[in-house]
Amino acid sequence: MPHKALMRARAAELRAVFEGAGAQPIETAILQPAEVLLDLYGEDIRARAYVTSDALRGEQMLRPDFTVPVVQMHMEHGAEPARYTYAGEVFRRQEVDPNRSSEYLQVGFEVFDRDNPAKADAEVYATIHGAIAHLDVRAATGDIGILKAAVHGLETTERRKRALARHIWRPRRFRALLDRFSGRTPAPATRLNLLAQDDPMSAAGPVIGLRGMREISDRIEALREDAAVTPIAATQVDLIDAILNVRETLPFALERLRDIAVDMPAITEAVVRLQERMEALAALGVDVDNLEFEGSYGRTQMEYYDGFVFGFYPDARPDLPAVATGGRYDALTRVLGEGDEIPAVGGVIRPGLVVQLEGAA
Amino acid sequence: MTIKLGVPSKGRLMEKTFDWFGARGVALSRTGSDREYAGAVEGVDGVELVLLSAGEIPRELAAGRIHLGVTGTDLVREKLGMWEQQVEELAKLGFGGADLIIAVPHCWVDVDTLDDLDAAAAAFRAEHGFRLRIATKYHRLIREFMKEHGVADYQLVDSQGATEGTIKNQTAEAVADITSTGETLRANHLKLLSDGLVLKSQATLFRSRKARLQGADKVRLNTLIDKLNIEG
Repeated sequence: MPHKALMRARAAELRAVFEGAGAQPIETAILQPAEVLLDLYGEDIRARAYVTSDALRGEQMLRPDFTVPVVQMHMEHGAEPARYTYAGEVFRRQEVDPNRSSEYLQVGFEVFDRDNPAKADAEVYATIHGAIAHLDVRAATGDIGILKAAVHGLETTERRKRALARHIWRPRRFRALLDRFSGRTPAPATRLNLLAQDDPMSAAGPVIGLRGMREISDRIEALREDAAVTPIAATQVDLIDAILNVRETLPFALERLRDIAVDMPAITEAVVRLQERMEALAALGVDVDNLEFEGSYGRTQMEYYDGFVFGFYPDARPDLPAVATGGRYDALTRVLGEGDEIPAVGGVIRPGLVVQLEGAA
Repeated sequence: MTIKLGVPSKGRLMEKTFDWFGARGVALSRTGSDREYAGAVEGVDGVELVLLSAGEIPRELAAGRIHLGVTGTDLVREKLGMWEQQVEELAKLGFGGADLIIAVPHCWVDVDTLDDLDAAAAAFRAEHGFRLRIATKYHRLIREFMKEHGVADYQLVDSQGATEGTIKNQTAEAVADITSTGETLRANHLKLLSDGLVLKSQATLFRSRKARLQGADKVRLNTLIDKLNIEG
C-alpha cells in the first residue's frame, strides 16, 4: 500500500486538474445523517456504510460517498450551471473481501448543467479520462437510460412497467418479474388459489399490524386485474434481452441499438442521446471507435445512475477495483430535491489506486 | 497451557451439550454453586471448560480465546464475517435445531412469497411514507438474504426479544426470527413465507482457526477430537 501522504498529495493534484477544468472546490461533512441515506438506498446501505450514533443527533453515517452531500449542497444554494470538485476520505464496510479498503480517498468532479446533457456527459468522461490516461486502464461504458426507456415502452400495464422499472438495478428480481409477466413462469399455486376464492379474507383470522384490511384488499384487487392482463409478448422480451446483450465498440453498439429501435420505437430518443454523446465525446478527442459499450453495464452498481455510466479498470490487476467510475444521476436529484430537479453527471477517481498503479509502471 | 472448550452457560443447550460429550466419554459438569460459572472436565487431560453465553461464543472463537466452542450455526454466520476462515465446523450435535425464517401476519392473505413481500413493501412505502419494517436480531443474515432475492423497500428494526409481538404493537410489519416448532408464530397470528427459510441452524461444535496451539496442546486437541470420534 502506498504511503498516505503520497496519496493525499496525488489527490490534491487531481483536484487541481478538475479546478483547471472550471470546477469550484468544496468540502462536505464526514458524518452524514443516516436517515437521508437510508431513505435513498434502503437497508443495503447499512452493509456498505459505517453507522454510528449519539443521544442527540441519532444515527449518523461515515460518508460512504460524496454524491448525496454535494447534491444537497447544490440544491440548497448552488448557482447554475455549476461544476464542483472535492477530495477526501470515504468509508465502506467490508465484510467479504479483507483486501478491499474500508477507508480511502476519492477525488470527484460533478457537473450540474441543464443545457446540453450529452455535452456534460462527454465533459465529465473526458476530464476524468484525461487525468488518468497515462495508466493502463480499460474503459467500460453503458447507458441505463436505454433500458429504462425500453421498460417504459413495453406493451403492458403501467403497473407492470413500474414493477420492472423499480428493479432495473436488481437483475435477478427483474428477470423473475419479466418471466412471470411474459408467461414464461406460471403464477404460483397459492396466488391462483387466492384469486379463485370468493371471499379471500374469510380464513384470514384477526387483522393485526399497521398494514390494514384496505391495503390487503387493494392488493388482491391489483392481483385480480393483473391476472387478466395479456402476457408481455415474447418478441418484446427478446428486445429487452437484445439491449442487455449489446457488447460492442460504441459505433457498432449504436448501429445495433438503432436496429432494435426499429422494433421498439420507445428507445429511439434514448438512442439519439447516445449518438449525441458519442459525437460530443469524439469532439473532445475521445477515441470512440475503440470505446467499449455494454448494454447491461452499471446495473449492479449504485441505484440512481439512470443514464450514461462509465468506469476505468486496471486490466493488468483484476484484483483491484475500478480506478474511476461515474455516471448520470438525474433521478437522485429528483428524490433529494423534493419536486425540484437538476440534471447531474459526475465521477470519482481513487488516488490511492492511481499511486499504486503508477508505482507498478 | 490447556485446550479451552466454550459451552453455553445455561439451560437446555448446556445440558444437551453435557449429554453429547458425556456419551463420548468426556464428562462436563458445573462446579461450585448454581450461580457460579465454573466447570470441570473429566475423561480427558488438559481441557478446560469455559461457560459462556451462546451469543458470545462466536466472538471468543474468532478472537482465539477458546479453541473449541459449542453454539448455533445461526449465531456464527450472523456474527462472523467470512466465518469459514475464522472457524471450522467439527460436528453437528443433533439438537438445538431451529430455522431462521421470515414471517408476516396471517391476515396478509395476499402475501405468500418473497415476491409478494417485495410488492407489498412497495405499496406499503407509497401508502405510509416509510419502508416496511422487519423486526429481527439477525441483521446481517436477513440483509444478505433480501439482497440475494432482490427484495427492496424494507428496513430492519432491531428486536432482541419478544420479536413476534412487534407486529401487534405496530413497531414492525414483519419479523425474521428463529423458530423450532412455529408455535409462537401461530399464537401471535403470524405465518411463514413459503420461500422465506433463511437458514437451518443447530447446535454445532466449532474449532477456532485463530487460537494458537503449541506442542502438547496440539496433541491434546487431537486426543480430544479422536475421543469424540469426529473428523478433525
